[in-house]
Amino acid sequence: MDTNAIYVLWLRDVKRFLRAKSRIVGILMMPIFFLLGLGLGLGSLIHLPGGGNYLDFIVPGIIGMSLLFTSIFTGSAVLWDRQFGFLKEILVTPNSRTSVVVGRILGGATTALAQAFIVVVIAMAIGFGIHLSVFTPLAIVFMLLIAWTFISLGLALGSLISDFQGFQLVTSFFTMPLFFLSDGIFPVSVLPSYVRIVTYANPLTYGIDGLRIALLGTGTFSVWTDLIALLISSAVLTVVAAYAFTKTDVG
Amino acid sequence: MKQEDKQSHKRENKPEQAKYDIEADNLVKKFGEFTAVDGISFQVKEGEIFGFLGPNGAGKTTTIKMLTTLLAPTSGTARVAGNDIKKEPNAVRKSIGIVFQDPSLDEDLTGRENLEFHAILYKIGKEKRQEKIAEILKLIELEDKADVLVKNYSGGMKRRLEIGRGLLHEPKVLFLDEPTLGLDVQTRRHIWEYIKKLNDMHKITLILTTHYIEEADYLSQRVAFVDHGKIVALDTPKALKDRLGGDVISVQINKDIDTLEKHFKTLEWIKNVSRHENYLDMTVMEGEKKIPDIIRIAGEKNVSIGSVNLHKPSLEDVFIYYTGSTIREEAGEGMRGIMRARMRRGGR
Repeated sequence: MDTNAIYVLWLRDVKRFLRAKSRIVGILMMPIFFLLGLGLGLGSLIHLPGGGNYLDFIVPGIIGMSLLFTSIFTGSAVLWDRQFGFLKEILVTPNSRTSVVVGRILGGATTALAQAFIVVVIAMAIGFGIHLSVFTPLAIVFMLLIAWTFISLGLALGSLISDFQGFQLVTSFFTMPLFFLSDGIFPVSVLPSYVRIVTYANPLTYGIDGLRIALLGTGTFSVWTDLIALLISSAVLTVVAAYAFTKTDVG
Repeated sequence: MKQEDKQSHKRENKPEQAKYDIEADNLVKKFGEFTAVDGISFQVKEGEIFGFLGPNGAGKTTTIKMLTTLLAPTSGTARVAGNDIKKEPNAVRKSIGIVFQDPSLDEDLTGRENLEFHAILYKIGKEKRQEKIAEILKLIELEDKADVLVKNYSGGMKRRLEIGRGLLHEPKVLFLDEPTLGLDVQTRRHIWEYIKKLNDMHKITLILTTHYIEEADYLSQRVAFVDHGKIVALDTPKALKDRLGGDVISVQINKDIDTLEKHFKTLEWIKNVSRHENYLDMTVMEGEKKIPDIIRIAGEKNVSIGSVNLHKPSLEDVFIYYTGSTIREEAGEGMRGIMRARMRRGGR
């Protein structure tokens, strides 16, 4: 591992994030609309099976969504770097490609988490209450693991696909189902069993469930199930991303 | 200056110091059916400026990509700064710098940040880093603009920043792939001077690819002509030009042209005499020194000369000789015809 390369790539993501104010606003718009539209609007009409406030239910889902979108987007930046040539500059330096992948993941995770925190703050401003428990600090762990998983997915996709249009198609093909077929906006229990199978195979389901345990104190699975599922998904996808990135061409 | 000392020191200490900084051995790169590089072998001496001249698509950039470990050769190999590009790619990467043909800067960062990140990627410690960056910024004359985002730079500034970045880690060998592509004439001149200065001051070995004839001629100590993935000729620019048999002196004579033609044909230092109307064309070496002799001889024979014209072969003439085509599409067919005719007279 080349820590210098990891540090540079992390720093680069953070600097770019802090500079791209319009991007931050743009990326935050979607979760804000979801919070207002679904949380407050639709939420007033919805009665959850187990009872409880729909806004509280949906906030972890929207945090998960925000993390999902930002992470796939950040991971895919490898595509932009190839397009604008910076990828060559990185690849010709005497650093292992795995370090580059790790640096990317850490940088992306930092910015994704920063945005997730903003979502939490906005949610609290419109009435979301965190139920403090011993699990609350785990929220950060779950956010990190969600980000890790989907940045790796984005990196793998960005390394394998070289044209923009194809990439956009593929990411929307991934992001929308990943979000809607998680337990983000409705409890998995309301789904018919054949859809539920897909939901159970989706790492985001466990991420959002873990966030729910951390922030609200209740979830569908145990905290261990959620943790182990996400650790597996992030480990597997990191290996896939590292492999795909090692094979990628500078174009 | 300090770094110069260090570099020469480094060289002395290495016992098995290669005499050559690049030894390419039959490099081949195929993309499917297409052979981009078709068995290229050459050597570049330490401290040399070596030019790769050829039209777009000749295989120059692909060769550079192989030498810089960005592309694996289909067959053959090369040693760069003494290390094998296939077996020791990381050692190769440590000893080289590259200025890519296409932009490779992060435009959302400032010039200084681009340099800083590069230095960190090459594990240059903080103190040394600040020192080097200040030195480089001064060299590329971007001190004022160092903290401006690169997207606000002009083309020439970006190019200078890329060259500076390529030097930051004190590479032994610097690859410059079309360093002045798309730049205006002034900036191009500026960068040429700069490249020469680097080579003079820092003794860096420079590998340059270009499709600008003047660039290769002006900068390179030796030039390789690349065409269709092969090296068709390799020598110093002067030697390459001399291969055409020398300069052509064209003399206009209004009276007694036969006398002079006969006499010139007996002289050994005039290789080729041909006549069209009242012009005599003669192929000689170092034409500028022969003009006085020719005028003197004409005077001795009592023949008056109307005008004298000297044409020195350009590298482009040599390129046409070897490849049968001009390097640039815009050179018209008429020009090409003249060159060819000249080539037949003077060359083979």
